[in-house]
Amino acid sequence: MPVLQETVVAIRSDGDIVAARQQGRSLAAAIGFTATDATLIATAISELARNIVMYARQGEVIIRSVEISNGKSIVIVARDNGPGIRSVEDALRDGYSTSGGLGLGLPGVKRLMDEFAIESELGQGTMVTIKKWLR
Amino acid sequence: MEVPILKQGRFLIATIQAALSDADLLQLRRALIDKVIHFRSNGVIIDVTALDVMDSFATRTLRDITNMIRLRGAGTVIVGIQPEVAFAMVQLGLTMEGVATALDLEEGLEHLQLRATGKI
Repeated sequence: MPVLQETVVAIRSDGDIVAARQQGRSLAAAIGFTATDATLIATAISELARNIVMYARQGEVIIRSVEISNGKSIVIVARDNGPGIRSVEDALRDGYSTSGGLGLGLPGVKRLMDEFAIESELGQGTMVTIKKWLR
Repeated sequence: MEVPILKQGRFLIATIQAALSDADLLQLRRALIDKVIHFRSNGVIIDVTALDVMDSFATRTLRDITNMIRLRGAGTVIVGIQPEVAFAMVQLGLTMEGVATALDLEEGLEHLQLRATGKI
């Protein structure tokens, strides 16, 4: 998987959420995403980075532009060593939240992107990988 | 990044000028509520033209501000939501129901004036 560009943003406070989404937007724009798609990507990053600050307190967001034979894409990995998610199935349901938030985080992020994967283990942490193809 | 709040008669105009962190948004909430009380304002405009992302936290905070200000008997209008931001918000499932929105500052002021004279 040839990586065109990669940025890692350490997430420790709410200011880093802004930094992560700005990095995502500029990387997306650099490989030709439209302003609308770049906004969808930046918004998805914002939600994932906020989950890290809210639930795990710290972690990182890796933003990668990738080119393979069937096209370019942007891949974002948000990972932490936080408490993990008890039920991934529940967390992916609209309206579900354990933090008194809107409970729209993960299902919303899934709708913004083309691909979505989540791995989480209690006491170990969570890793969310999302992808959007350049069309 | 502090958001400047301008007083114009009985209205307040808050113009966001750059991306806001969660802490900045909460600061804006506090400053607006304080000023609405202090000036006995009956209308508030929040101009979000400069925001390139409105995620769940920003949307919830703006809705909270609107609700708090409504309890003081004043109206709030959010103006300038960019088209691609609106698109992302709807995809994310954020609708801002019950919050007045307008295209720009001028239309926002018009809305507040109509509201102040009891026409809406």
